[in-house]
Amino acid sequence: MNQKERLELAKWAMKFALKSGADQVSVGLFNQREVSIEYRDKRMEELKESTQNSLNADIYADQKYSSHSTNDLRKDSLEKFLSEAIAATKYLAKDEYRVLTDPKYYPGGKRADIQIYDPAYHDVESSTRVKMVEEIESVAMDQSDDIISVSSWYEDTYTQTCMVNSNGFEGQAAGTRFGAGAEVTVRDGDEGRPADYFWASTRYFKDLPSNEDLGKWAVERAVRKIGQKKLDSGKYDMVIENRVGSRFLGLFGYSYTAQAIQQKNSFLDGKLDQKIASELLTVIDDPTMKKGLSSRHYDGDGIAAKKRVVIDKGVLKTYFVDNYYGRKLGWEPNGGQTSNIIFGYGDKSRDEIIKEVERGILVTGFIGGNSNSVTGDFSIGVVGQLIENGKIVHAVNEMNIAGNASEVYNQLVAMGNDPYPYSSTRTPTMWFKDITFSGK
Amino acid sequence: MKSKFSRRDFLKKSSTGVAAAVVIPQFLGPSVSKVFAAPAAEDMTLNDYYEHFGVNEGLIRQVMSEALSRGGDYSDVYFEHSVTSYVGLEDNAVNRAYSDIDFGVGIRTLKGDQTGYSFTEEITPKAMKLAASTAANIASSGSGAEPVHLKLHKTPNYYPVKQSWEDTSIDQKVPYLQQIDEEALAMDPALIKTRIWYITKYSYILLATSDGRVVYDYRPIGQIYLSTTAEKDGRREQNGYAIGGRVGREYFTTAKKDKLIKTSVRRTMEMFDAVTPEPGEMPVVLAAGSSGILLHEAIGHGMEADFNRKEISIFSDKIGKPVAEDFVTIIDDGTNMNARGALNIDDEANATERTLLVENGILKSYLHDRISADFYGVEPTGSGRRQSFRYPNQPRMRCTYMSNGPHSKDEIIKSVDKGLYAESFTNGQVYIGAGDFTFYVKSGRMIENGKLTAPVKDINIIGNGPEVLRDIQMVADDLELAEGGGNCGKGGQYVPVSLGLPTAKVKKITIGSAG
Repeated sequence: MNQKERLELAKWAMKFALKSGADQVSVGLFNQREVSIEYRDKRMEELKESTQNSLNADIYADQKYSSHSTNDLRKDSLEKFLSEAIAATKYLAKDEYRVLTDPKYYPGGKRADIQIYDPAYHDVESSTRVKMVEEIESVAMDQSDDIISVSSWYEDTYTQTCMVNSNGFEGQAAGTRFGAGAEVTVRDGDEGRPADYFWASTRYFKDLPSNEDLGKWAVERAVRKIGQKKLDSGKYDMVIENRVGSRFLGLFGYSYTAQAIQQKNSFLDGKLDQKIASELLTVIDDPTMKKGLSSRHYDGDGIAAKKRVVIDKGVLKTYFVDNYYGRKLGWEPNGGQTSNIIFGYGDKSRDEIIKEVERGILVTGFIGGNSNSVTGDFSIGVVGQLIENGKIVHAVNEMNIAGNASEVYNQLVAMGNDPYPYSSTRTPTMWFKDITFSGK
Repeated sequence: MKSKFSRRDFLKKSSTGVAAAVVIPQFLGPSVSKVFAAPAAEDMTLNDYYEHFGVNEGLIRQVMSEALSRGGDYSDVYFEHSVTSYVGLEDNAVNRAYSDIDFGVGIRTLKGDQTGYSFTEEITPKAMKLAASTAANIASSGSGAEPVHLKLHKTPNYYPVKQSWEDTSIDQKVPYLQQIDEEALAMDPALIKTRIWYITKYSYILLATSDGRVVYDYRPIGQIYLSTTAEKDGRREQNGYAIGGRVGREYFTTAKKDKLIKTSVRRTMEMFDAVTPEPGEMPVVLAAGSSGILLHEAIGHGMEADFNRKEISIFSDKIGKPVAEDFVTIIDDGTNMNARGALNIDDEANATERTLLVENGILKSYLHDRISADFYGVEPTGSGRRQSFRYPNQPRMRCTYMSNGPHSKDEIIKSVDKGLYAESFTNGQVYIGAGDFTFYVKSGRMIENGKLTAPVKDINIIGNGPEVLRDIQMVADDLELAEGGGNCGKGGQYVPVSLGLPTAKVKKITIGSAG
């Protein structure tokens, strides 16, 4: 099926559902081709190649709502699928807020090129992919005598989607993604075998780092864990490496959604236009960023993608409001899903920040942990490096940080100038004062 | 519970809305008409499964032959038809349902410990042979083994159900959810919100191997999750509880409903009185039941043989060595009746079993799939599992628990001057090489002078796997398997697992408290 045929099938399914008792329908079609290779010990460990499809139908009937998906796209199967979906919907309770998005929020005709599709995808040959993983592994193996194991990876995907809403939305999108990297395990004393990885993900093939860099960076990350120790519990400054900042900030993501507010499950309830964080914190959700891993023209509700400021110099400016919970709260929707998250960046590099830290921990990885969306409390494991008088002293592990989002947001004292490019959340190095670390 | 590598996990669009619902009657895949009149799932024969997927032995052997055409030494084909359903209650009404139908076949070729994999959602001879020729590419020298005649391998049934999810329509679930909502809110005037999900799934699996084994399995899952939110003196707190397993509708009785409600409400209300312990190391007593998450993270993942074959687990060279006190015996079991992690047969047609990871303190066996069993020259342990037909197998846990020990719960609590009693958990993770592991304690209590005292909440605990095993000082005689169970993630694949533990005491673990 090509994209045009998919759109036709979506419209056919929409019409069939309307004819069969639905008042409104949204139909989405998804197709993805994926190739992945894992390479280890100078040979292929795993080779995967496949294509998948699915159709999703959101049914609105008699003010009742349900959503269904299937990967059997034959029309006779779909007729049965849709009829049963509509029949099932009628057993649910009425919900007056279940209505398709108001068409005034749909995107207009002209759409800028967000560069999420690399035409060169079709020219990537399997021999190229294999050569990449071979080289990444071989570079990595040459970096250190402490290496126990290296696995290198390559992966590419081509995704095509389309969506139609019965009140006038029609959209389609195609995107590519490329990923490559390695995971490295090293020896550390009698027992320990610390590991780390480097994985880059990009929209364009040519934007992947060189095989040389990928191999080296993965080994550097693993080797610097050798000799890791647990420190005494206490307050330390915390410098979070740009790559892992998104894991930390993401702990509180649910609290920013209209659903969490409406369900009274957010510590940010009632905080709109109030100062919730240090003035250094500016957070922007930007779905229109060129080559962004989460760039798009519209979201699952059909709402047009727009750049929005979430936190402006510490002041909470908006929640993520989807169509349904927006209606429940009586708020204007702006899109319930996040996209690319960018920040107000500072002017210092990671190393310049470290130089200014008297005693602190550079956090290079998080492990486990969770948060309480209602209170903002969090507790999460960390690994990293001890910093003393501006210098990295030794590796640290088996420690934990805990606190409350409202407090930790205000303990931010510096944002770096180094947004992490291989993630849709482009955190820079961040420096927080006086964080409670648990250890010995 | 552990993510080995942060590779993207591709989810279908449906999963943003989530997946799945109920439908009346059941959904079926291809060759619908014949199967429609098929016998109840438990009575289905091999021929019924062949018919369900529209295949036969000859075709399957042709597909495997193609998968071996470039020199592979083993192949298997894994047919799956799954229907998942979520029915949800929010703001006092059952006002949402999701469903997902998944249908396809995965084809795997092995060449030594190398894997070629492909799948197709179209079960036609042409699509299957194309996928097979893709999987075949892991090998590159001439022709391989020929698939042999398929012989049915009979399996036990560890998850009998009386009322299957196919025979349960949405209107049979709605009143149960409404009752939970009404009765929960009546428990305490401070309660302001409930959210409830009734999640069910059933899968038909047909699996054939090139060395001549064919098996089929019907896998049900039922789970109800209740979340309660309360407001008191301007403060809000939320907590929840889940029950379920590989069960049918008969599992969700009035008694189960009462326990679900009472546990969720109690845990929510206790949070208002929670105190904050000092950060740092202290003795931890793990309550019987879902505290088995300790075993899952501290040792279970590290015992998965793929990590050991690659020598990247902290347990890689410890088989036969003492790792814990002699009263510590740790088991990973596929045979617990109706447990969420139970399996009649693993996903590469090997019988599941009760595998001793640690026996009387000595490290006994890894969890093997076919590749690692061949590598180590041992029998497979029936631990080869996959999330769905889209993925090749990995060695995985099933139901991980510890045997009863010589102590009693009272004795254990009394032995602690100042420590933490950990009762409920949300998630955990482990670095299998370094041994660092964590789990997040949603609620528990302080132990002071040998008594359980004030509640605690939202504390991550972090330790080192081998150290914590050595530090298990007391084990009680009250083993419980957790009623809920969870999903375990590894390399982007999620599988259902169960956890269990008797009350147990660890000398010291780091408590991640804000102090």
